[in-house]
Amino acid sequence: MIGSLYMDKTVESAAAAVASINDGATVMIGGFGGSGAPIELIHALIDRRPKNLTVVNNNAGNGRIGIAAMIDAGMVRKMICSFPRSSDPRAFTDRYLAGEIELELVPQGTLAERIRAGGAGIPAFYTPTGVGTELANGKPTGEFDGRTYVQERWLKADFALIKAHVADRHGNLIYNKAGRNFSPLMCTAAATTIVQASQIVAPGEINPEHVVTPGIFVDKVVEISNPQQEEELIRAGVAYI
Amino acid sequence: MTGAMGQESKLTNAQIAWRVAQDIPHEAYVNLGIGFPEMVAKYQPAGREAIFHTENGILNFGDSPAPGEEDWDLINAGKKAVTLKPGAAFFHHADSFAMVRGGHLDIAVLGAFQVAQNGDLANWKVGSKGVPAVGGAMDLVHGAKQVFVITEHVTKTGEPKLVDACTFPLTGVGCVTRVYTSLAVVDIVDKRFVLREKLPSISLEELQAMTGAPLHVEGNVADLVVPAV
Repeated sequence: MIGSLYMDKTVESAAAAVASINDGATVMIGGFGGSGAPIELIHALIDRRPKNLTVVNNNAGNGRIGIAAMIDAGMVRKMICSFPRSSDPRAFTDRYLAGEIELELVPQGTLAERIRAGGAGIPAFYTPTGVGTELANGKPTGEFDGRTYVQERWLKADFALIKAHVADRHGNLIYNKAGRNFSPLMCTAAATTIVQASQIVAPGEINPEHVVTPGIFVDKVVEISNPQQEEELIRAGVAYI
Repeated sequence: MTGAMGQESKLTNAQIAWRVAQDIPHEAYVNLGIGFPEMVAKYQPAGREAIFHTENGILNFGDSPAPGEEDWDLINAGKKAVTLKPGAAFFHHADSFAMVRGGHLDIAVLGAFQVAQNGDLANWKVGSKGVPAVGGAMDLVHGAKQVFVITEHVTKTGEPKLVDACTFPLTGVGCVTRVYTSLAVVDIVDKRFVLREKLPSISLEELQAMTGAPLHVEGNVADLVVPAV
């Protein structure tokens, strides 16, 4: 009881939180477009400039900030995503068309379920999504109750970068509205989950009934009060690098 | 009225959206695809209110907020700011797509490049150029009890969009249940197009000439009558 009160996953800065992410890592990044995007953690990672990263996100960046700025900085070898388009997709599009970045395109629900499976210790599953399409080419299929399904494999990562609304020192998390999206799944599927939270509170201050991500899935938490919002940065024409 | 293709001889996108809205029951759980299908929400008949689902994790969202009132953590799948209605819920992406694939949605409404008579849909990619993007379309076509497509009847160059077999890359196989076009309402029954409604200003022969596979008639073909909206 006493021990759990003192458990503390907080780190002092975004830079310290991402300090162990090195070249070649696979990094899941929460967010759907700008909602739930951990901008401060991404920008701290850009300051470190690890190379040859594989990045997992629904999208592939927007404008010249966040994931788009990671791509601009030449840090990303491969994107695993469902929708590499945005209001300003130049960062990804230019490198993709130049053959400088690899794309693994995954249907959105399959992407979510692959991450969920990765976090749940389920190596593969069958889904109706994509059957008979080019995104199922080369994948095993199976018939269940007279219908054909395609086998998809789990997706895991070395790191997850996550934006939460409130965290406690144990890493229990609450998200803000639709900013939740992929984040609870990614927290489970990464070896090291790094969270920026608008507020960090003491254990016991989050009602256990309200916890969305239990702290067992979280390794580091940094408080970033008043976090930047991708959509507002884009409208302001901000470029991070 | 003649069958000539004048300005009023086909429905506008808003009119197609209006027509779809008439077929969405009160309290149905519905996903509207991004872009054109989003217009359907505007035309729900008075007294009817569907519960709209968005893939990124909201049930029962409403209209856009006033300019300046946006909360960018409160957006729809098209990344537009939305508001919440009483009884709204947030959930993560795996739950969101459990709603989709698990058969919990009543209706999904999507756009199309092509729909084939067997119900195949092509709506995500037209060729090998550019950056491919699929989003949730391949998931949405599997699981919803009804999959509605809304589309112009022909392309800008006059090619049929209702075809015998899709030539563009498929989004899903045998998944579409009903098609609402700028000229007609067509069900897909046993891998055939069955005509349910058509504009009164166009003959069956003219409609067939603009359709890439046989239009079957089973019983009454109603007039497709839509108010100016």
